Amino acid sequence: MAELTYRDAVAAAIAQEMRRDETVVFLGEDVAWAGGVFKTTVGLLDEFGEKRVRDTPISEQAIIGAAMGAAMTGLRPIAEIMFSDFFAVCWDLIANQIPKTRYMTSGQVIMPLVIRTANGGGVRFGAQHSQSIENWAMMIPGLKVVAPSTPADVKGLLAASIRDDDPVIFFEQKSLYADKGEVPDGEYVEELGKAKVLREGTDATIIALAAMVPRAMKAAERLQAEDGISASVVDVRCLVPLDTQTIFAEIRKTGRAFTVEENPRLCGWGAEISSLAMEECFWDLDLPLIRITTPHIPLPSADALEDEALPSVERIYNTVREGLD
Amino acid sequence: MADEKIPYTQYLQADGSVVGNLPEFAEDQELVLALYRHMNRARRFDTKAVAMQRTGRLPTFPPALGQEAFHVGFASAMSADDILFPTYRDGPAQMVRGVQLEELLLFTAGDERGSDFQVPRCDFPQAIPIATQTAHAVGAAYAMKLRGEKSVAVTTIGDGGSSKGDFYEAMNFAGVWQAPVIFLINNNGWAISTPRDRQSAAPTLAQKGDAVGVPGQQVDGNDVLAVYHVVSEAIAAARSGKGPALIEALTHRLTDHSTADDASRYRDADLLSEQWKEEPMIRLRTYLSNQGWWGKEDEESMLTELDQEIERAVENFEASDAPEAAAMFDYMYAELPADLMAQRAEVIAAHGHEGDGS
Ligand SMILES: Cc1ncc(C[n+]2csc(CCOP(=O)(O)OP(=O)(O)O)c2C)c(N)n1
Ligand SMILES: [Mg+2]
Repeated sequence: MAELTYRDAVAAAIAQEMRRDETVVFLGEDVAWAGGVFKTTVGLLDEFGEKRVRDTPISEQAIIGAAMGAAMTGLRPIAEIMFSDFFAVCWDLIANQIPKTRYMTSGQVIMPLVIRTANGGGVRFGAQHSQSIENWAMMIPGLKVVAPSTPADVKGLLAASIRDDDPVIFFEQKSLYADKGEVPDGEYVEELGKAKVLREGTDATIIALAAMVPRAMKAAERLQAEDGISASVVDVRCLVPLDTQTIFAEIRKTGRAFTVEENPRLCGWGAEISSLAMEECFWDLDLPLIRITTPHIPLPSADALEDEALPSVERIYNTVREGLD
Repeated sequence: MADEKIPYTQYLQADGSVVGNLPEFAEDQELVLALYRHMNRARRFDTKAVAMQRTGRLPTFPPALGQEAFHVGFASAMSADDILFPTYRDGPAQMVRGVQLEELLLFTAGDERGSDFQVPRCDFPQAIPIATQTAHAVGAAYAMKLRGEKSVAVTTIGDGGSSKGDFYEAMNFAGVWQAPVIFLINNNGWAISTPRDRQSAAPTLAQKGDAVGVPGQQVDGNDVLAVYHVVSEAIAAARSGKGPALIEALTHRLTDHSTADDASRYRDADLLSEQWKEEPMIRLRTYLSNQGWWGKEDEESMLTELDQEIERAVENFEASDAPEAAAMFDYMYAELPADLMAQRAEVIAAHGHEGDGS
């Protein structure tokens, strides 16, 4: 095991896959010479050269459209959109074209591409550079949606996404880039569509994604230490496919479940899990599912307001404690 | 980068000597001194803001170092009633338009109150998503035309931004509608780490107007007299119903893309020192002293005054209260819907603060 940062794990996964498969190519704005504005792709240009690692003009539609065309004709492109907010700029491709091509060609055309992007808040980038948009992607039939919380998952899940024959949207949470963690040595590939139980508990189940996972873990530790409340924590990891088996099992164990998400309150993935659990786990629930979310507002960028808007350890702790009262 | 078919304007060369026949306004001492002062104010402020970011007093800041002649030249050519649709790089132009230094600092610090500038009320805030502002400018120009106003919309974009579809679409609209809008490209040679020649294979960016019937020209963006002149003429033409224009100003980005960037990772140091020789302030100062309008004492007292002004703005900025937590709900809608009222109440309950609560 080596210790890697979340950001280094991105380059490690791409390099691992580019070494084993010549059809993997990588394109985006400032990804090659500068190694990415978040320094997530440092070293790839040096190792694989300009033919396979390309800086593009500022043209999101052409980046994703070209990646789509290349994927349809035998390459396995990884395309970067610098900020997930700019998915809105190339949404026709992401929502209308990429996810529908296999379907509309009766399976003749496959779409093995990955769109990587820096998602989410916590770094004061304001309403148009901080959104958590994994729920936008989740609601489009035909896309797979991945959002890791640790360096190991970045490497394993990104590698799996690249090998997948369907389009995968890979959300990197930008406030986690500096986080460090153990990553298995050698070739490492995880399976898409598996949630992970990070902490076993008996009183409450906290279901979280990406940057909310470490916060949920801290809140769970505090609940144990200060209140003797034993909470399990589930890292969802993939929204599509959604591992309802693991998630429901953890909800059934405690009968009291909480989702923690960065999405604005309406139509976040927490609402979907909550609604599925109502259908599938209703008789095992002691409490209605409680969603801990960002209020239904654009994310403010002033320090004090952003901290207030995003679910904090404090808010998770208080909500669970009061919910169990 | 010149092209025979694309006009190129320059009056002041890097050494301060004059080429061609200066336009009349160049004899207007008051005007030219004002341009010089604005450029100095911009540069001092920029230096201060970068220093503040380095010491943790501001978050990411996008310096305009080296592009002062572009910003000051075009903004000075605008009338009060014209409307500016700027980008994150255009702080110095906003200052000329009347936006207060304190407001720019607030905006940089992520405080939305910084976009509520008192002057000029109709200018737009900085667009950070690339190229969106160009279409907004066309819509505003249409609105002006519809109301029979004589004002003009002015929008800026970078060399990188000119690769975006929005930019072509906006220019195409402006051409078809003959809308009174001026598109200004600040071609500073870089889009973060991507150099101009990897942005487009077109020999000039000005010729991008050709395809959509919008006349394009280039100007030396390090020469404030040239920028002021060509933008003034384009604005006057648009005002008199002659339609849109595209102007590509050739500038140099003499520092990093932003304080979050380190250009030494991708830019050749020799190139940078060559570009410093063309920077816009020294050539203008040479012109001023050749005219006998400016001396060492003038320079010193101006810089002292500017630094004092900047210090006052920083003090006011640092003394301003952090926004109340509940302020994140202000301005969501004309009237806050009930479910958001409830979410706001929760935030207040957790904090015991009130926002200003509109
Ligand atoms: C739609 C969109 N894509 C990408 C970005 C990220 N981004 C911010 S500034 C920038 C470079 C812009 O370069 P240029 O247009 O030349 O302007 P300059 O920064 O040089 O003034 C990029 C890619 C963005 N803000 N918006
Ligand atoms: Mg540029």
